[in-house]
Amino acid sequence: MKLIIAYIQPESLNDVKQALLKENIAKLSVVNALGCGHQLGYTEQYRGVVSEVNLLKKVRLEIAVNDDYLEKTLDVLIETARTGHIGDGKIFVVDLLDCIRIRTGERGKEAIG
Amino acid sequence: MKIWKAIFVLVLLFFGFLTVAFVKEARQGGRENLGEPEETPIEKAVGDVLSLLGLGAPLYAGEAQSIPSEPEAAAETGSPEGDAPADAAGLNTLWVLIATFLVFFMQLGFMLVEAGFSRSKNAVNIMMKNVIDFAVGSLAFFAVGFGLMWGLDRCAFCGTRFFLPTSADVFAVNPQLGWTFFLFQTVFCATSATIVSGAMAERTKFTSYLVYSLVISALVYPIFGAWTWGGGWLGKLGFHDFAGSTVVHSLGGWLALTGAATLGPRIGKYSPDGRVNAIPGHHILMGALGVLFLWFGWFGFNPGSTLAVTPSIGYIAVTTNLAAAAGAVSAMVLASIIYGTSDATMTLNGILAGLVAITAGCDVVSPLGAILIGAAAGCLVIGSLLFVDRVLKIDDPVGAISVHAVCGTFGTLCVGLFAADGTGLFYGGGTKFLRVQLLGAGVALVWALGCGFVLFLAIKRTIGLRVSRHEELRGLDIEEHGMQAYPNFDTWTTV
Repeated sequence: MKLIIAYIQPESLNDVKQALLKENIAKLSVVNALGCGHQLGYTEQYRGVVSEVNLLKKVRLEIAVNDDYLEKTLDVLIETARTGHIGDGKIFVVDLLDCIRIRTGERGKEAIG
Repeated sequence: MKIWKAIFVLVLLFFGFLTVAFVKEARQGGRENLGEPEETPIEKAVGDVLSLLGLGAPLYAGEAQSIPSEPEAAAETGSPEGDAPADAAGLNTLWVLIATFLVFFMQLGFMLVEAGFSRSKNAVNIMMKNVIDFAVGSLAFFAVGFGLMWGLDRCAFCGTRFFLPTSADVFAVNPQLGWTFFLFQTVFCATSATIVSGAMAERTKFTSYLVYSLVISALVYPIFGAWTWGGGWLGKLGFHDFAGSTVVHSLGGWLALTGAATLGPRIGKYSPDGRVNAIPGHHILMGALGVLFLWFGWFGFNPGSTLAVTPSIGYIAVTTNLAAAAGAVSAMVLASIIYGTSDATMTLNGILAGLVAITAGCDVVSPLGAILIGAAAGCLVIGSLLFVDRVLKIDDPVGAISVHAVCGTFGTLCVGLFAADGTGLFYGGGTKFLRVQLLGAGVALVWALGCGFVLFLAIKRTIGLRVSRHEELRGLDIEEHGMQAYPNFDTWTTV
């Protein structure tokens, strides 16, 4: 079992969600996130004063998958969130110790699916 | 940036032109004597070039905004000789000026409706469009529009005099109200222009919208206005559009249709499989505030169009209010039947539908007729919204096409049915009046669709009408205006 944590551009969320759904990956959490990285922010101006905004808005996806779903999920994420520009985001994959579905008490592989 | 440089040059030329006119005016005897129509006509710098004829005797002096067959307005608006009592003139001026300010207030209403019913990432853009189209429209209407609309002379198509009007000009058009009349016409023009921004919200290039608002305020609206109110052929046929269901609302609404159709839908509005998705607005209270502002402003829009203090202004306010109320109730009930809940956005659109529909006939229909018109418009707007959304697949974020074009046309036809002075079909007047109304509404349709498609396709081919996919997804606020509407709130743009 793996936990996929992906930071992507907010505007690409809709496409990513639709594409995941098409691959039958329907269970995910979405959290708003602020962050900075290689994109180095953008400028805003307010009454003539230019200000640098370097904490950018991103969304963080958390998807728990069984091992056989891992590559498929990653492929979808990369394909749909990629625009080719700096700031497309990053994906982290970590080992998942366990997963419990509260309603039934199922554990492990069944609980994820 | 390139477009902005071109606009900069154009603006510079415009103001340079005005400066030349001003210098010429100043040389010829200083300041105009404001408010004194007897003043010798000041030769204008451009008047000589633009006018086909010099300043002859005014042809349409004293004509009210309504057609001459409307007895109260014609009798009260001051005779062409200008011998109305001074206190009546003062009272009329005061009333029309107050009405003008109320109509100006509708600009706020449009801004809030459109901003509330679209996403937070585009709020600054909507605000800028509604603010700047009034500014551009005011200048364009002063320079060109007023002359085209009220300067009918030799040419039957459009006016040919009164460009960059002076006191002598505006008092020649309306001997009693003068500049008050001019300002009243300006805010009407701005109302028509600003309708379109809602239908084109969230995806239109800002500079392209500037070009559009210049053309509609300077040409499209004034020329159609000349045909109906300015003494042109439609008005002479007996076409009755008291305060502008057709001239202001249908015209703006049909232009909105062409704009939205040329642009195409927002990303995410229609799925590839043809499914229709909702893109909810970000602030329903703000939208409701806008609708109530519009309702408030309509008490200037309709009763003010008498252009005089007459007993009918209270009557017109009542029919206006009843139609709005009936529209709200009927839309709410119909939405409840269809969706099981009293849909707020549909109810709000019902109010606007009732107001738009009553505008043409608010002076000639009975209060009961007003209620029927409003209630029918409230139902019609829901049907039309669904039709435009699902069948035509034209993405209209705020429903401007249904509210203004469809209900405006409907209201115009209703005058032919509900006119209580015996000319309406339901009062035994036969179909003659109805046929004239049908003609007028049809001409507005053809004129607006023709002008709209030519204009928007021309803009699309030259400077481009739509922002890039990236800009649209990110939001027009940051990309076009460099700021956000709600910088300290968590507004992630994920839709």
